[in-house]
Amino acid sequence: MKKLLMTVGAIALAFGAAATSAEAAMDKVKACWVYVGPIGDFGWSYQHHQGLEAVKAALGDKVETAFVENIAEPDSEKTFERFAREGCNIIFGTSFGYMEPMLKVAAKFPEVKFEHCTGFKATDNMGTYNAKFHEGRYVIGQIAAKMSKAGKAGYIVSFPIPEVVSGINAFMLGAQTVNPDFKVEVIWANTWFDPAKEADAAKVLLGKGVDIMVQHTDSTAPLQEAEKAGAMGFGQASDQIKFAPKAQLTAIVDNWAPHYVKSVTAVLEGTWKSGQYWGGMGDGEVAMAPFTNLPEDVAKMAMETTAAITAGKLNPFAGKITKQDGSVVENLGDGDILGMNWYVKGVDDKLPQ
Amino acid sequence: MMEALGVLFSNFFSANTQLIVLAALTPFLLAALGELVTERAGVLNLGVEGMMIMGAVAGFGGAFLTQNPWVGIVTSILAGMAMALLFAFLSITLVTNQVASGLALTLLGLGLSGLIGESFVGQPGVKLPTYAGIDPLMIAALLLTIIVALMLFRTRWGLIIRAVGNNHAAAHALGYGVNKVRYLCVLFGGACSGLAGGYLALVYTPQWVENMTAGKGWIALALVVFASWLPFRVAAGAYLFGAISILAFQIQTYGWGIPPQFLNSLPYLVTILALVLISGSRAIAKRNTPAMLGQPFVPDR
Repeated sequence: MKKLLMTVGAIALAFGAAATSAEAAMDKVKACWVYVGPIGDFGWSYQHHQGLEAVKAALGDKVETAFVENIAEPDSEKTFERFAREGCNIIFGTSFGYMEPMLKVAAKFPEVKFEHCTGFKATDNMGTYNAKFHEGRYVIGQIAAKMSKAGKAGYIVSFPIPEVVSGINAFMLGAQTVNPDFKVEVIWANTWFDPAKEADAAKVLLGKGVDIMVQHTDSTAPLQEAEKAGAMGFGQASDQIKFAPKAQLTAIVDNWAPHYVKSVTAVLEGTWKSGQYWGGMGDGEVAMAPFTNLPEDVAKMAMETTAAITAGKLNPFAGKITKQDGSVVENLGDGDILGMNWYVKGVDDKLPQ
Repeated sequence: MMEALGVLFSNFFSANTQLIVLAALTPFLLAALGELVTERAGVLNLGVEGMMIMGAVAGFGGAFLTQNPWVGIVTSILAGMAMALLFAFLSITLVTNQVASGLALTLLGLGLSGLIGESFVGQPGVKLPTYAGIDPLMIAALLLTIIVALMLFRTRWGLIIRAVGNNHAAAHALGYGVNKVRYLCVLFGGACSGLAGGYLALVYTPQWVENMTAGKGWIALALVVFASWLPFRVAAGAYLFGAISILAFQIQTYGWGIPPQFLNSLPYLVTILALVLISGSRAIAKRNTPAMLGQPFVPDR
């Protein structure tokens, strides 16, 4: 028994020594991903997996990758722990609900780096990363207002969290620059991913006469319904033009590749630092799919807006903004956008609390 | 408000909306009818979700590879039956626990379909043709309701199936092949679930994505129980569920400020409440519950 304990102690010491020298550059890094959904969703998890592929392509045999998909929040703690024990140097978790489990495991394994997507809690060895999706939504708002004959868009949403609410607001602010009376009909589907249910919501909206379909849920179903009905719409998370060759005007594409490559390279070189990273179009993290099915002037406008946001000249939430209740706010900071729980003026819906 | 209500109702009862409802109820109705026959024979197959998702991936694959949606219909049915055959072998021949085997079937189906469908992700599907918004499977589902009802309660076959489900020892003593009947009923259930999955991948949202059934198999299972194993009640329950789902979305667009979380739970609440009320008579419920549900049969000699 004593011998066993001593062996264990020796191993622990060896690990400890390895941990202190881990800040130096490494020959090879192991990066591991935990996905909340299946990589076959062609949306959220799919795009994260594209990021993993980009890391492999960029670092070649200097990186070893591993991933698990379909990990529900309650199961995430043991998954993180398993990865940490298996020698992952950096572990990425891609769901808001992973926050607390990851914090726990990060505290147990100080030598391992952790990064949590869309969360807001960071420690010395656990950082966060997120994307400014609302920048893309501002662009599609402008396009929608130009293209809609009905002056009204249908908007299918998942859950009333700040990311979704700020998306609706940015969309409306964009639309109002073109048509101040632009209307939006909102349906809360209460799901991120249920193709049939999303299709039902789209059919109801199209039945009410909207001719532009916007979604903040993850399947291609609403866009496909728009195509069927001869309306127009926007792809979500990935370029979905194949599903709606006549209907897709553009898509907001999540591009996690630059951030993943940067982070894993930093671990490899021993320069990784915890932080709260929020990238947008300027960082290449939010990209617009090609502008299709648009008249030349509208495509030109969309490209100019995209270029202005990318260059940092345009911020959708800059200046004075009138809230739905009539009060005015100005100079919104990142924190205000990351915690947004109110509508801008012109949204004809009551925000569920 | 009253005026808005009037608009809402005329909207809801328009042909357009009713077609949306009809499409929404079809996958539930198909899967539930299959499970109803299975359970009437005394077998509880909790693998509906797994058979359905396999039907979806096989339906998509069959149609995609041949570019013919009708081939997809056939492959979805076959995939559902293949899964059902596995379940039947486990639970009837090997007499394993039906609840555990059914749950295992669901997990197997969800995993296996993801593996099979890997190369289909991101590919647009092949659509089954519709005629003025009506697709052939909607009609098939409605006809199947009538056929299953007539078969179960007006034919000799139906009598045998119910006998097997109510008292397998007596049915065996009368010379009926209990396990043979059960095999056939489980296969029928698999075919229906597979077709329901095929409907999702070929008509509803022509595409393949993992987990695209999103729990529909479980709702179909619940419908069977709450409809006290009667085909027309299953149809009524499926209609109610589909109708309230669509109505809840319509109400949201009127901006009355009703919390959407509440509206989205309405289909479940109303359907359960309604079916419990119409099944309120304990005598009817008792008469229709298959007495041997979930119990394996091993002949003495």
